[in-house]
Amino acid sequence: MRFEVATSVADAVRLLAAEPGTARVLAGGTDVLVQLRSGMVEPALVVDIKRIAGMRDIVAEAGGFRIGAAVSGAELGEHAGVRAMWPGVVEAMELIGSTQVQGRATLAGNLCNASPAADSVPAMVAAEAVARVAGPDGERDVPVAAIPSGPGRTTLARGEFITSIFLPARPARSSDAYLRFIPRTEMDIAVCSAGVSLTLGADGTCTAARVALGAVAPTVVLVPEAGAALVGTTLGTEALDALAAACAAAAKPIDDKRGTVAFRKKVAGVLARRATIIAAERARAEA
Amino acid sequence: MALDKQTAAKREFKVVGTRPLRPDGVDKVTGKALYGADLTAPGMLVARILRSPHAHARIRAIDTSAAEAAPGVKAVVTAADFGAPADEAVRDVLVNCMAHDKALYDGHAVAAVAAISEAAAKAALKLIKVDYEVLPHVTDVDAAMKPGAPVIQPGRQAETVGTEVSENVTHYCEFGHGDLEAGFAKADHVIERSFKTEATHQGYIEPHACLASFASDGKADLWCCTQGQYMVRNLCSQIMGMEASQLRVTPSEIGGGFGGKTTVFIEPVALMLAKKSGRPVKIVMSRSEVLRATGPTCSSSMGVKIGMTKDGRITAGHAKLRYQGGAFPCGTVEFGAMAAFAAYDLDAVRTEGWNAMTNRPKQAAYRAPGAPMSIYGVESVVDELCQHFGLDPLDVRLKNAAKAGTKASYGVTFTDIGLSACLAKAKAHPHYTAPLKPGQGRGVSCGFWFNFGGDTCVTLNVNSDGTVSVTEGNPDIGGSRASIGMMAAEELGVTFDKVRTQVVDTASLGYNEVTDGSRVTFAVGLATIKAAQAAKKVMCQRAAKIWGIDEEAVVWEDGAARPSGPNAGQFPPMTLAEIAAVSSQTGGPIAGHHEVNADGAGVSFGVHLVDVEVDPETGATKVLRYTVFQDAGKAVHPSYVEGQMQGGAAQGIGWALNEEYIYGDDGKLQNPGFLDYRVPVASDLPMIDTVILEIPNPGHPYGVRGVGETSIVPPLAAIANAVSRAAGVRLTSLPMSPPRILAALDAAHPAAAAE
Ligand SMILES: Cc1cc2nc3c(=O)[nH]c(=O)nc-3n(C[C@H](O)[C@H](O)[C@H](O)COP(=O)(O)OP(=O)(O)OC[C@H]3O[C@@H](n4cnc5c(N)ncnc54)[C@H](O)[C@@H]3O)c2cc1C
Repeated sequence: MRFEVATSVADAVRLLAAEPGTARVLAGGTDVLVQLRSGMVEPALVVDIKRIAGMRDIVAEAGGFRIGAAVSGAELGEHAGVRAMWPGVVEAMELIGSTQVQGRATLAGNLCNASPAADSVPAMVAAEAVARVAGPDGERDVPVAAIPSGPGRTTLARGEFITSIFLPARPARSSDAYLRFIPRTEMDIAVCSAGVSLTLGADGTCTAARVALGAVAPTVVLVPEAGAALVGTTLGTEALDALAAACAAAAKPIDDKRGTVAFRKKVAGVLARRATIIAAERARAEA
Repeated sequence: MALDKQTAAKREFKVVGTRPLRPDGVDKVTGKALYGADLTAPGMLVARILRSPHAHARIRAIDTSAAEAAPGVKAVVTAADFGAPADEAVRDVLVNCMAHDKALYDGHAVAAVAAISEAAAKAALKLIKVDYEVLPHVTDVDAAMKPGAPVIQPGRQAETVGTEVSENVTHYCEFGHGDLEAGFAKADHVIERSFKTEATHQGYIEPHACLASFASDGKADLWCCTQGQYMVRNLCSQIMGMEASQLRVTPSEIGGGFGGKTTVFIEPVALMLAKKSGRPVKIVMSRSEVLRATGPTCSSSMGVKIGMTKDGRITAGHAKLRYQGGAFPCGTVEFGAMAAFAAYDLDAVRTEGWNAMTNRPKQAAYRAPGAPMSIYGVESVVDELCQHFGLDPLDVRLKNAAKAGTKASYGVTFTDIGLSACLAKAKAHPHYTAPLKPGQGRGVSCGFWFNFGGDTCVTLNVNSDGTVSVTEGNPDIGGSRASIGMMAAEELGVTFDKVRTQVVDTASLGYNEVTDGSRVTFAVGLATIKAAQAAKKVMCQRAAKIWGIDEEAVVWEDGAARPSGPNAGQFPPMTLAEIAAVSSQTGGPIAGHHEVNADGAGVSFGVHLVDVEVDPETGATKVLRYTVFQDAGKAVHPSYVEGQMQGGAAQGIGWALNEEYIYGDDGKLQNPGFLDYRVPVASDLPMIDTVILEIPNPGHPYGVRGVGETSIVPPLAAIANAVSRAAGVRLTSLPMSPPRILAALDAAHPAAAAE
């Protein structure tokens, strides 16, 4: 195994593109190192991207924020601007692991590890976050939802990697929230999860909503019917019931050691409902 | 000389009952303590073990030639390298360490490689070719008992087992007395329920690790993390075909054991690799190896039937227990059957137990082995009867509680026991009357363990500078070096800081049974007190010699030898330090010994009280408040007694709520890691409150009873009873993981489920 520290985006792309065998980008390493140690992967090349200029920066851009691919969960959580605008994305990222893991783990790493249960991903999908991808053919912007293609697989081509994640600007009275279900209170993996991002009108009516579910399908699931169930309502019981039903219907989980199909379908709806209530409270408090 | 005659109850202690800092604490928190994996030796090789990917397979052939030829490889071993020990139980241990003609479970060791590096050893494992013939497997206890089930090992059935069950059933036992039918006829209500519990692992932080060295003259040394160096020596010397004296075993510090380190898994393999290679060999298990191939506890399937009158008197109890303890015969169910109804004074009681072999790892002891499951079943049915009659669960237990004079279902008649006292304390505790909110429930359960004494020996040396060295042979897993040192200090009348207690290797002290059965503070403590008394006797002799008076005219009081009365003469007392300083002139070094097969451990009872809240939409359980009441006889170091009570409760909570061995249809363990084998994390638990009761054990000079095991027994039923009351449905299967609770709720309330 060869280990390289890339000094620029171009350098990283060159290294990754030139490797004929398995290559792994190393961001925080909280997935990569575990996988190396357990023998799950034996890459020919590992490229550390943390030293590339700008990778650890959070920059205000077009009313939103651009988050470098090596920004850790702890750094994200300390950023007052992102916290205020996208509290759901921040709380999702902060749920990952322990204090030690938070010092390392990144949004892009969580996304590219491509676990169906990745915590930050439903929140990013609900937020319409966009990944900036660098590769041999230059740069392209890809919706976060389009990055994972299945458990452990992404749509990134050889030589490509994510340089930043962009969280867009928000209208007034907007907010988001993320909840996951785990059997313990921490250090666990989501049995199912829900991210909700919404905007309220001046009169409290929901004008926009996006709902995404984790761990109920091979990749994160955006549930347009769930969002639609909220839009035009004041988020009363009926709307929330419709949201939960839409989530249960959209969830296509499996029975496994972590939960049953019936459990995941029901709890996905429960979490979406609870996350909606939290997001709405935050949106109202914003006004 | 005159020794203490006062009874334990009246004794005033100076050191015992205080809370000094543990002597091993600084090393442990600064990382200096040497655990199994910290040991190294010059020229050391690293070994890795090849494990069966199949739940059950005949091993037709193993070709190790490519591995042997691989770079850096110094030795490869398989079962073919070992002989067959004469003793059947030892043979089982060997076969568990290295599969012989069949791989009996997923993770069963089939070969091992020692090489100059971990990478070389790992690479060589891939070169070993095992020709497997995959066989049908069975992992569930009920399925394994059915006639026609795949047979794990033929010819292992005891004669007491009937013919209507599979050959996998190795063992049948029965306990009890009285007329069951008449008892049930007297009841106003009878409840009969079936229960299941999953296998759980002790979950010790430190994986098994050892370092073996074999000299060309046939002497060997083994350093390892174990609960008993003498047990390791005896098993390994038999397996290696050598005399016990030729193998010296030194225990390392131990990062938890809970019973799981009372046997060997890797030590014989390391010894054989060391013998073959002529180099020291180290093996450290990974966590997944620990979960797949060491000894979890039994899983169980049980039927419990209890009758009660409407005023809460239990008229009869009958339990049928079916345990599986992995791929080898296992007697744990017997403990379960003996313990099931121990808390009750019953006229009619019967327990029956069956053990079945399955394609799972060989079970090892886990805190009060066998008792948590059977008592969970009994205490659940008692709770349901209390609900049926609207009776207070503590009142009902008080009414039926075993006491001095009660004939236990397993035959003994109890002497002084602390059960009623624990129940009364629980009833009077503010926890019991604290208000509950909707969705919350309170659960109660009794717990019991036999406790054990056994072979023990202690040497106590009085050093010429007035300090004391206690030499004992039991690895310290719960703070026992502190408790042993405290008892020595108490008996000798010196301060605790003058005593240092060492756990030594097998060549330095006579045989000691393993650290198990909650025996160490009791038995090693007893031997230490007796050794100190022997040393005091020597010191009195020395003082008599100095004073020129009769030995009988000297007594030991308050840390000093004194003339026994005015007639003995007028001499100023001589302290231990003063006598020790001149020992060379009075006859040489001063020491005391005691060797004993300690009797009178004294059974132990406890009562747990827990409040939980169940989220009806997700089935998640939150433990809100937890209080443990337990009889410690005499708490030598109360902090460590509390630690045992809290630790048992924490492990029991894990067992009740989330911990389980999950096997796929392929018979493979699906969760060999701490991500999916869910022990509780700190934030899952409230502070576990403790109330220590001290009902002196007449079998110990200070009244000590073992406290290490009883505390894991009540949580299963206490939590199940609390959850069942909170959720409004009776849960009869452990763990009560959220999907199980939600499914039970949805089954009980189909309308809500449809929402
Ligand atoms: C103890 C522990 C607890 C954990 N708890 C959680 C949890 O609660 N929830 C959860 O979702 N996850 C959890 N994880 C997993 C892990 O921490 C997260 O997925 C984390 O976000 C990964 O980020 P990283 O920067 O460490 O990724 P890395 O390990 O560096 O990389 C992960 C994967 O993404 C690829 N990659 C990384 N960065 C890029 C990039 N910029 N472009 C393209 N590919 C890239 C890597 O090649 C690798 O395949 C836990 C891990 C540990 C060890």
